[in-house]
Amino acid sequence: MTYDAVIVGAGHNGLVAACYLARAGLKVIVVEKNDWIGGAAVSRELYPGFTYSNCSYVSSLFRPEIMRDLELPKHGLQILPYEGGALFTEGGGYLGMFRNHDANRREIERHSPRDAEAYDRYARDVLRHCRFIRPMLLRTAADPASFRPRDIAELAWMGKQMFGLSEMAMYDMIRFWTMSIADFLDEYFENPAVKAYQAVASIIGTALGPMSPGTAYVLLHHAMGDVDGNVGAWGFARGGMGSITRALAASLGAAGGEIRSGSGVVRILVRNGRATGVVLENGDEIVGRRVVSNMDVKRTFLRHVDETDLPGAFLKRVRNFKIRGSSGKLNIALDRAPRFTALPDGSPCMKGDLHFTDSIEKMERAYDDWKAGHYSRDPFQDMMIPTMIDPTMAPPGKHFMSCFIQYAPPRIEGNDWSDADRDGFAQTVLNQIETYAPGFKDSVLHVEVRTPRELEREVGLTEGNIFQGELTFDQLLFNRPVPGYAQYRSPIRDLWICGSSTHPGGGVMGAPGRNAAAEILRDIKTPKKDMSDAYAVL
Amino acid sequence: MPMPSFDAIVIGGGTNGLACAARLRKSGRNVLVLDARVTPGGAAVAQDFAPGYRAPSLAHIVNMIDPRVEREMDLGRHGLAYANLDLASTAVSRDGDHLVLHGAAAERVAGLGASEQQAWADLRAQLLTFADVLAPFKSMTPPRIAAGVGNEYMKLGKLGFGIRRMGKDSFREFLRMLLINVHDVLNDDLSDPRLKGILAHDAVLGTWLGPRSPNSLIHLLNRFSGQVAGRRSAIALPKGGMGSLAAAMATSAGAIGVTIRTGAMVGGIVIEGDRAVGVTLADGEEIRAGTVVSAIGPKPTFLNLVGAQHLDTGFVNRVRHMKSRGGAAKLHLALKAAPDFRGADLTSRLVLAPSETAVELSFNAVKYSEVPENPVMEVILPSAHEEGHAPSGRHVLSAIVQFAPHAPKDGPDAARARMLERTLAVLEDHATGIRGLVEHAELLMPYDIEARYGMAGGNWHHGELSVEQMLFLRPFPGMAQYATPIPGLWLAGAGCHPGGGISGAAGWNAAERIVKEVRA
Amino acid sequence: MKAEKTMQPDPRLHYLTPLRQTPFHARTAAANRLNSWGPWGGYTTVLEYEDLAMEHSAIRNAATVYDLCPMVKYRITGPGAADYLNRLTVRNAARLPVGAVHYTIWCDDAGKILDDGTLFRLGQDDYRLCCQERHLPWLLDSAIGFDVRVVEETEDVAALSLQGPCSYAVLKAAGFEVAELKPFRMVDFVLDGGGLTVSRTGFTGDLGYELWTTPDRALVLWDLLFEAGAPWGIRPIGTQALDLARTEAGFIITNLDFIPAHQAVREDRVRSPFELALDWMIDWDKGHFNGRRALLAERAEGSPWAFVGLDIEGNVSAEHAIIYHDKKHEVGQITAACWSPTVKRNIALAHVRRPYHSAKSANLWVEVYAMRELQYVKLMLKARVCDRPFFNPPRRRATPPGLF
Repeated sequence: MTYDAVIVGAGHNGLVAACYLARAGLKVIVVEKNDWIGGAAVSRELYPGFTYSNCSYVSSLFRPEIMRDLELPKHGLQILPYEGGALFTEGGGYLGMFRNHDANRREIERHSPRDAEAYDRYARDVLRHCRFIRPMLLRTAADPASFRPRDIAELAWMGKQMFGLSEMAMYDMIRFWTMSIADFLDEYFENPAVKAYQAVASIIGTALGPMSPGTAYVLLHHAMGDVDGNVGAWGFARGGMGSITRALAASLGAAGGEIRSGSGVVRILVRNGRATGVVLENGDEIVGRRVVSNMDVKRTFLRHVDETDLPGAFLKRVRNFKIRGSSGKLNIALDRAPRFTALPDGSPCMKGDLHFTDSIEKMERAYDDWKAGHYSRDPFQDMMIPTMIDPTMAPPGKHFMSCFIQYAPPRIEGNDWSDADRDGFAQTVLNQIETYAPGFKDSVLHVEVRTPRELEREVGLTEGNIFQGELTFDQLLFNRPVPGYAQYRSPIRDLWICGSSTHPGGGVMGAPGRNAAAEILRDIKTPKKDMSDAYAVL
Repeated sequence: MPMPSFDAIVIGGGTNGLACAARLRKSGRNVLVLDARVTPGGAAVAQDFAPGYRAPSLAHIVNMIDPRVEREMDLGRHGLAYANLDLASTAVSRDGDHLVLHGAAAERVAGLGASEQQAWADLRAQLLTFADVLAPFKSMTPPRIAAGVGNEYMKLGKLGFGIRRMGKDSFREFLRMLLINVHDVLNDDLSDPRLKGILAHDAVLGTWLGPRSPNSLIHLLNRFSGQVAGRRSAIALPKGGMGSLAAAMATSAGAIGVTIRTGAMVGGIVIEGDRAVGVTLADGEEIRAGTVVSAIGPKPTFLNLVGAQHLDTGFVNRVRHMKSRGGAAKLHLALKAAPDFRGADLTSRLVLAPSETAVELSFNAVKYSEVPENPVMEVILPSAHEEGHAPSGRHVLSAIVQFAPHAPKDGPDAARARMLERTLAVLEDHATGIRGLVEHAELLMPYDIEARYGMAGGNWHHGELSVEQMLFLRPFPGMAQYATPIPGLWLAGAGCHPGGGISGAAGWNAAERIVKEVRA
Repeated sequence: MKAEKTMQPDPRLHYLTPLRQTPFHARTAAANRLNSWGPWGGYTTVLEYEDLAMEHSAIRNAATVYDLCPMVKYRITGPGAADYLNRLTVRNAARLPVGAVHYTIWCDDAGKILDDGTLFRLGQDDYRLCCQERHLPWLLDSAIGFDVRVVEETEDVAALSLQGPCSYAVLKAAGFEVAELKPFRMVDFVLDGGGLTVSRTGFTGDLGYELWTTPDRALVLWDLLFEAGAPWGIRPIGTQALDLARTEAGFIITNLDFIPAHQAVREDRVRSPFELALDWMIDWDKGHFNGRRALLAERAEGSPWAFVGLDIEGNVSAEHAIIYHDKKHEVGQITAACWSPTVKRNIALAHVRRPYHSAKSANLWVEVYAMRELQYVKLMLKARVCDRPFFNPPRRRATPPGLF
C-alpha cells in the first residue's frame, strides 16, 4: 500500500493539509504519536467530568476560508465569541473590555478620558495594518532571491499591495512592523493599564518583552484574525480547542483520509535524496510518495532525518532556528467559579480574557526573568474560564480555568526543568490568582501544570515554543523557517513541511497546512479542489 | 527691511552644521553659522573639567567621519592630524586574560582560540559584506517611497544592484539578518564571552537597545561601515584631542568664507508668510536669510525655535513621538597616575563588557528608568597617547558608560551619584586601585548632556537611531529629505539620516539637497 | 425607580446601560408613541415619535423640539483660546464676536476633514465646540504650545433645538424675547434660577433656535416650551424628520455624508473642504492652521471630488445610489436623498468626481434599486446638479423674525 502523502503529526495544520490533499483525490494518511489527535488543539478529560482545552485555548486566527472549504461546522465546529475581558489592577481595580462600543469607551474613561477617545483611532490604525497583512496569510511567500517567474510575480503582487497605500501609510506600516508595542502604544495612550491591556497580544507566545522592537508586529499577528468577520475579535471553540481538530478529523474521514494514532514516527525514510515514507515506533513502515511533516522544523530535520541527507548550510540554519519557549500553562478544575473582588457580580468580563499585570513595566520585568533563565516571579497571564462561555465543559456549577503564563524559559538557568521548578512555577501562578480572587485556591480540584518541558514532551513542540518558532522578522515571511526554504519544501525531494514553523506562523490558524497543501498540489499539477483564496478585504 | 547679507544661516556649529555650511559655501552662498557656545564643535570638543585636566566633552573617538567631509573640507590641511589612527580595542577581562582586537572591524583578535578565530573570521566577512552595501546609503538623501519626488534613481539602482550582486546566499542572509538582534547572531556563531561582550557592547553603543533587542545588529553594521582617513572601520584619536577635529572643520569653513559666530544663542526662527526668513537671537537681534538650516535636533528646532503654531498638529505629534532616549553617560576622571587594567594597553580602547549578557543586564535597568548594578563602558585615556591632556605623569580617563537612565525615577541627583558609584565600582573591579587615583570625577548623565548640549533626552543622535527611525523614517516620516514643511527651513543635524557620531554626513547630505532644490 | 435614582450608582456598572438617557428622557419617552429609539453618541434617542410626515410638516409649518444632548461638546478656555482655535479650525475664530456662533470644520495635516461643528464664543477666552464625533486626543495634542484648557463637557449641558417658523413666537410666549437676536448670535436668560442660553442656530434650514442649560433644568425647559407652544402645535421630532429637513437645507452629517479622516480605514474615503464644498469658510490670511499647506497645494492642483446637490427625475428616493456618467462610468455616490415634501423635488446630496460636478455637466444618471413588495425595481434616473440649499426661506434670516 503506497500512500500519496504521509502526514507526520495530527496537529491542526497536519490535518488541514491532509483534508485538502484528500479532497483533491490523494490517498492520505496522518500518523500521530499520541493516542489522541489534535497536537496543540486538543480537548481531553484529565479530571473526571471536566474537559480540558489544555494547550491552545482560544480561536480567532483560524481562517474562515478553511472552516468553509473543509465544512467544519458540518463536522461539529462552533466558535463562540468572547463577551468581554478584564485586566486587574493593583489596588483592587480593573479595566474591562466590552463588546459594546459605548460601554468600552466609558470603561476606558474611568481610567483616562483622553484614552477613551483615543481608542478608536488606535483601533483604526491596527485595522489598517490587518487589512494589509491578511491577504498574505493564504499565499506562499515569494523568494526575493529568486528570479523564477512565480516569485517575481508574487513580489510584484506584494509591491502592488504596498503601492496601494499612500506614501505616509507605507512609512507608518514599516514603522509599525519594526517598532516595539510599548513605543507604539505611547503614541496613542497615557494610562498604564490601558497600554498593558493592549500590549497583551503583542507578547503572547513570543520570547520578547513589550519593549522589544518587533512586538508591534506580534500584536498584529494576534489581531489579524476574526470571529465571523469581526476583525481582531477572539472566540472560543465549543467543547474546547479539540473541537477544531475533531472536526478536521471528521472532515478528513469524509474525504477518505486515514488517521493512525498511538505510534509516532521515529524516522522519515529517505532514499536517493527522496522521502519515501516513515518508520513508526512499533516498527511499521508506511510507504508514501511524499511525506509532509507537521512537526516543527527542528524536530523534523534534526531528529527524524539523517543529517547526511541535508546540505550543511540548511542544517546550520535549522540548528540556529529560534524556537525558545516562553510560556507555560496551568489548567485547573474548580469546584466553583472564582470571585474576583474587583469585578461586579455577573460581569460579562468573566466571559473573556483575564490579566493581572497592569503595566508594560511589569510585563517587561516578567520578560527579564525569562532572559535570566527563570520563570517570571510576577507572571503575565492570559487566563480564561471556558466554562463561562461553554458550560458543557464541566459539571454544573463547576468550572474549568485555562491560565496561559509568561514567561517560562525552556530551561531553568541552563538546566532542565525539575519537578520542583514546575511546582514552584505553579505556586507562583496560583498565588497571583489568589491575590485577586481570595478563596480561589480552596476551590481548586485539580491542576495540570505544563512548562515548556511538558509541552515539548507531550505535544512535541521543541523547547515548548507554541508557535513552532519565534515570530521575529528574521523568521517571518520568506525567512520562515529558513531563507530559501520558505515555500513548504525542504532540501529533500518529496519531504514537505506544513506546521507553524512555516509561513505565516503560529496560532491555530490552519494557514500553513493549507498553503503547504496548495504547494504540493501545484507540484503534482493537480487542481486544487475546494480551496478558496483568501477572502478579499473590502 | 534690511537686505539679508547672508544667503543661508546654519543654526548649530557642530560637525554637521560646519559640514553643511562648508558645502553650501562651496555652492557660492554666503553662509553664517550661529553657535551658542564659545567654541564651535558641538559634541566634538574638549574642555577642562578639572584644573589642568582636559577631556573630550562627549565624543572621544572618531570612527565614521564622512569621506566627503574629510576630502572636500581638506581637514588635514586645516590642522587635523591623528595621535593614533588605528586604536586597538581591548576586551578587558577581570582576570587579566584580555582579548585585543586589531585592525578594521577586529580583523585580528589576539587571545582567541583557533576555532573561535575562524568562526569570527567567517562572521566578520559576512557582516562586512552587509556593511559595505549599506555604507553608500549614508551619503545620499533617503529616497521617498513615491514616484516623481526627486529620488536619486541612478544611485538607488546602483545600490540595489550592489545588494543583489553579493550572491543569492548572502542576499538571503542579508534579508534574514537585517532586523535581527545581535545577541542571537553572536551566539549562533561564537562562544567566547569576551568577544561576544565587546561586539554586543559596540552594537548597542549609543542606542536605546539591548543586545537581545531585535533590530540591534544593524548598529554593528553601521559601525563597521564607518571609515577614518580612508581606513575602513578604524578608530582614531585626533592629535590634540577631539577639539582639534571641530577646530579643523571650523578653520576649513572659515578659510572658504563661512562666517562663524559663537556665543550666539538662537531664540527663534522667524517665519513670515509661511516662510522661514531668518532667526532671532536670544538677545533679540534678528538676522535674515533666504535659507535657514537647523543643525540642532528636530525636537528643539520644531518645538522651541519654530513653535507649534506654525505647524500642523499631526506633524507636531510626529516630532513629539520621535524617540530620543539617551542611554549613555559620560565619565571624566582626573587620575593621579596611570591606572592598571590588569596590564591592558592604555593606548587601546578599553571595553569593559564581560559578556553579551552583561550588556543586556545593564540595559535592563534603564528600561525602568533605574541605574544598572554593573554598567558596561568604553574607556579612552587621551593622556596615554600624547601630552597636553593632563599634568605630566597624570591621566585623564574618558568613558562612555551604558546604560544610564535619561529620566530616572530617583531624581537626577540621586541617580547621578549612584551611577558614578556603580561606574567606579566596575572600574575598580577591572583596575584595582583606580579609585585611589581619582582626583576629580565628572559624570554627565543623559539629562546633563541634554542640558549642556541641547540633545533631546541626551541622545547623541538627536533622536534614537533605531530601525523605525532610520533612512526614510528619519527623523520621522514625511521629513526625511532634510526639507521641513516650512519653505526656506531645512534640517541638517544628527537627527536626520544617517544620524550622528562625529561624521558630518547629515550636514553634507542636507547641503547637497539644498543646493539641488534651491537656487542660490 | 425613583428610589434607585437617589442612590449613587456604582461607576463600574456603566455597562448595564451602554446607551444612556438624556436629561429629557422622561419627556421624550412619554412622547415616543412608536417606541422608536436609536443610538446616538452613547445615548438612546428618538427616531420617530408618532408620524414622520407630521413631524417634518411641523418643522416647516409650526414649531418643533429636538433633543440635542448627545452632541459632543468641548469647552476651550484660556488666553490662548482664540489662537488655538485659529490653528485648529479653518475659520477665523478670533474674529468671531463674543456672543456669536459659527459653523466650522477642522482638518488633519493632509487637509482632510476631521469633523464639522459649531463654535460658540461664550466669552473673550471662552469657547464651546459642538460636534458629532469625539476628538479629545486631537484637541489636546493641538493645544501644545498654546495657553489653553480643553475639557469635554457633553454631560454637563442639556440642549434642545426649537425649530420652525413659529419658534420665535413660542419663545416669546415662554418669556424669552429674542426679537433682536440675529442668526448665529446668542443671548442669555434666567431659567428656574439658573442659566439658559438661546442661540439662533439650527439644523433645519428654517427659523430656529437652540437652547442650552444645565441637565437639572432640562425638564423645566421642556415643560415650559410645550406649555407655551401649545397654541402653535409644538411637537417633538425624531431624528428621521430632522434628517429630511437637513437634506432639504443641504446640511451634511459626519459619518453619513463624509467619513472623519481619523476614522477612515480606507484611505480614499477622506475628503477635503474643497471636496465637500466647504472651502468658502477657509480664512487663508489668518496665519497657519492645520492642513493649510496641503490645502494650498490642493487649491493649486485641484481636487478629485466635489460635493453637490442633485435634482433627480421622478419621485423615487435615491439613497446610497451610485452615480454614472453616460449610464456607463461610475462617477459618484449619493450620501443622502429624499423626496422633499417642502420643495416637491426628488433631491440628493452626492460626492461626484470632478469634472462631472459642474452644473453644466449633463448626462448624469443614478442607479436606484427600489424595493417594492420584495422585489427590486431597477431604475436609471436622470440627475441634474443643482444649487444647495434646496430650501432656503427668507424667514430663516429675518430679524426680527416673523410672529407666525
